[in-house]
Amino acid sequence: MASVKSSSTEIPIRVLLVDDESGYIDVLANRLVKRNFVVKKAYSGTSAIRMLRKDDYDVAVLDLKMEDMSGIDVLKIFKKMMPDMAVIMLTGHGSQTAARMGMNLGAFDYLTKPCSIENLVEKIIDAHLSPPPCKNNQCSQSVETDNKLRR
Amino acid sequence: MKESKTSYTRYQALNRNILFIIIFMSIAPMIFVSITIFYHFHSSYKEKVNAHLGELVLKHKQRIDLFLEEKLDAVTFLLHSSKPEKLLQEAALEEKLAILNGLSPAFVDLGIVNESGLQVAYAGPFRLAKVQYNDAFWLEKALANDYYVSDVFLGLRGHPHFIITTKFTWDSRSWILRATIDFNAFNTLVENLRIGETGFAFILNREGLFQTKPPVEINKEQIPNFWDRNNNRTDILNIENTQPNGDTFIYVASFLKNDDWVLVYRQTTRDAYSDLTRAQHLAIMIIIFAGIIIITLTLIFSRRIVTRIKKTDTEKEFMNLQVIESGKLASIGELAAGIAHEINNPVAIMVEEAGWIGDLLEEDELKSSSNLDEFKRSLEQIHTQGRRCKDITHKLLSFARKTDPSVDDLDVNALIEEVVALSAQMARHSHINIVTELQHDLPPISVSSSEMQQVLMNLINNALNAMEENGGTIKIISKLSKLEKGHIVIVVEDDGHGIPESVIPRIFDPFFTTKPVGKGTGLGLSICYGIINKIGGKIDVSSVVDVGTRFRVWLPYHITDHYRDTKPADQETGEADKTN
Repeated sequence: MASVKSSSTEIPIRVLLVDDESGYIDVLANRLVKRNFVVKKAYSGTSAIRMLRKDDYDVAVLDLKMEDMSGIDVLKIFKKMMPDMAVIMLTGHGSQTAARMGMNLGAFDYLTKPCSIENLVEKIIDAHLSPPPCKNNQCSQSVETDNKLRR
Repeated sequence: MKESKTSYTRYQALNRNILFIIIFMSIAPMIFVSITIFYHFHSSYKEKVNAHLGELVLKHKQRIDLFLEEKLDAVTFLLHSSKPEKLLQEAALEEKLAILNGLSPAFVDLGIVNESGLQVAYAGPFRLAKVQYNDAFWLEKALANDYYVSDVFLGLRGHPHFIITTKFTWDSRSWILRATIDFNAFNTLVENLRIGETGFAFILNREGLFQTKPPVEINKEQIPNFWDRNNNRTDILNIENTQPNGDTFIYVASFLKNDDWVLVYRQTTRDAYSDLTRAQHLAIMIIIFAGIIIITLTLIFSRRIVTRIKKTDTEKEFMNLQVIESGKLASIGELAAGIAHEINNPVAIMVEEAGWIGDLLEEDELKSSSNLDEFKRSLEQIHTQGRRCKDITHKLLSFARKTDPSVDDLDVNALIEEVVALSAQMARHSHINIVTELQHDLPPISVSSSEMQQVLMNLINNALNAMEENGGTIKIISKLSKLEKGHIVIVVEDDGHGIPESVIPRIFDPFFTTKPVGKGTGLGLSICYGIINKIGGKIDVSSVVDVGTRFRVWLPYHITDHYRDTKPADQETGEADKTN
């Protein structure tokens, strides 16, 4: 919580939430806003891409399982459009393969759903502070292992 | 029970069928061949024996004929070589007898008989001079024929003999030269023909009277009439005759002395065909012996086959059960995973909404509410229960998931010690002792350590639960499996209350639990099953109520180069990372 407050004095972190489960991201958005994040919601992969064209974001929280397109595809497009934006993936339990694939594609980390808000906040701040991940696999892996160590 | 009984009779029937077929297939041809061979042997042997006997009888017949001819010739020669009037003198006759016996022995006496039957001259050992033969049966025949050989008769002396007569004319009257043939000399000709125990020969005349002395008393009634047989008289007769008392005789007969006599050879068939009988006995013995061997071997063989079939059947049944079981678990797992996924989102939203309310409660205007603490407690409760839901769905998903995030080379013993350390606290509370018996130098296995941890935790927790009330000992053993090549076996044994037999088939089913409602999810063992199955291992359970339960987990390992060199290699972990 302390870190959130400290970041709140600076420029707030811009977060894009992407999930077709609107109920979930609505409440998540509310809670993040309360924690001084600037939050935008996208209820589908396509709308997320549309929104990304208009605005810049620091961190995207991306559900891997959506109805219109898979989170992996969205991730690929995100990485092309805005390589510097950190992406945190949300996965259902048991779909770690997809999560690993996402990591290889340059995602910052993944969280299993449902995750606690504290976890998510911490992860978003970490993602924002860490250096932008490179496209190189090894590089992203070193970030990952680094991250794991920190945990 | 019923099923096992029917299957028992089914196998028995199978056993019987195999037995019957093999015995029939092996014994039937054997008997058929034996009978055929024996029949041919029988007939050819009989033929041979009969031919041999015929030959023998023919030879003897010829000898007898020769004997008679010779005697007749001798007498005829004697008659022609001397003057008739000289023969009437006893001294000359005596001399002739000596000459005659010199030529061919067996002459007993000589006599000259006139037309009226008076023996006018006699030479021989008996005092038969001037004996009257006028009522002797032979006189008429002797006078009618030039030569005459009589049947054997007792004669005046009461001693069996037969005579040869030759008629001659002198002084315009007919005279008869009578020569007596020694019966014994003649008899030996026939007596010599003895074969086996019951084979002997004798001579009969037309009236069926014995012309020789058979060595055994023979009832004349028993002897078939040879003259009735409408045969060529030069042939050898071959007759088989069964007596009322069951004895069967073969008669080989040949006519001699112008068909007046018949030379008969008689032998019991049993004796004549004794070789055949012996062969028959031998054959029967061989058949019986072979039959016994065949039956014994077939019994063993069929039993072995049926046991083998039974075994494969049970194996197959077991395999089927396993396939069904794993299929069932897989489908339940998929269903559960689907449900878990569906529930996951609503639960997540609920928990987040509760969190959101919690956030809002921080605001000042609500802080003053008198029910603030109650709100917080309630939210906390929602949060806790949401977490429980999440745990359940996660367990379900771990049971169902196919892949694993981090597969590593894992030291089983280290893991066991880690898990035991985790459980030790709980064990102490229940006065439970955890003993480990770990084999050193076990090869590493490629599994996810978190999953293996889950498996062990589940097994140990179950063991702890089983002994909660009374305490006891949990024994954890790790070793190389002797039953399964290339596997490590981990045994978790407890001496708790055990699992009832009726429950054992269901313990790996998801949601099956013996714990009271709300206490257990019934997923622990099904998760273990899912994990172990996924990595190609095996789990089984044996349990006796009130004695204890033993779970065994087999985990396959691959002997890697660095294990053989017994040094941990960094490159290996690097490779493992890459596969992640």
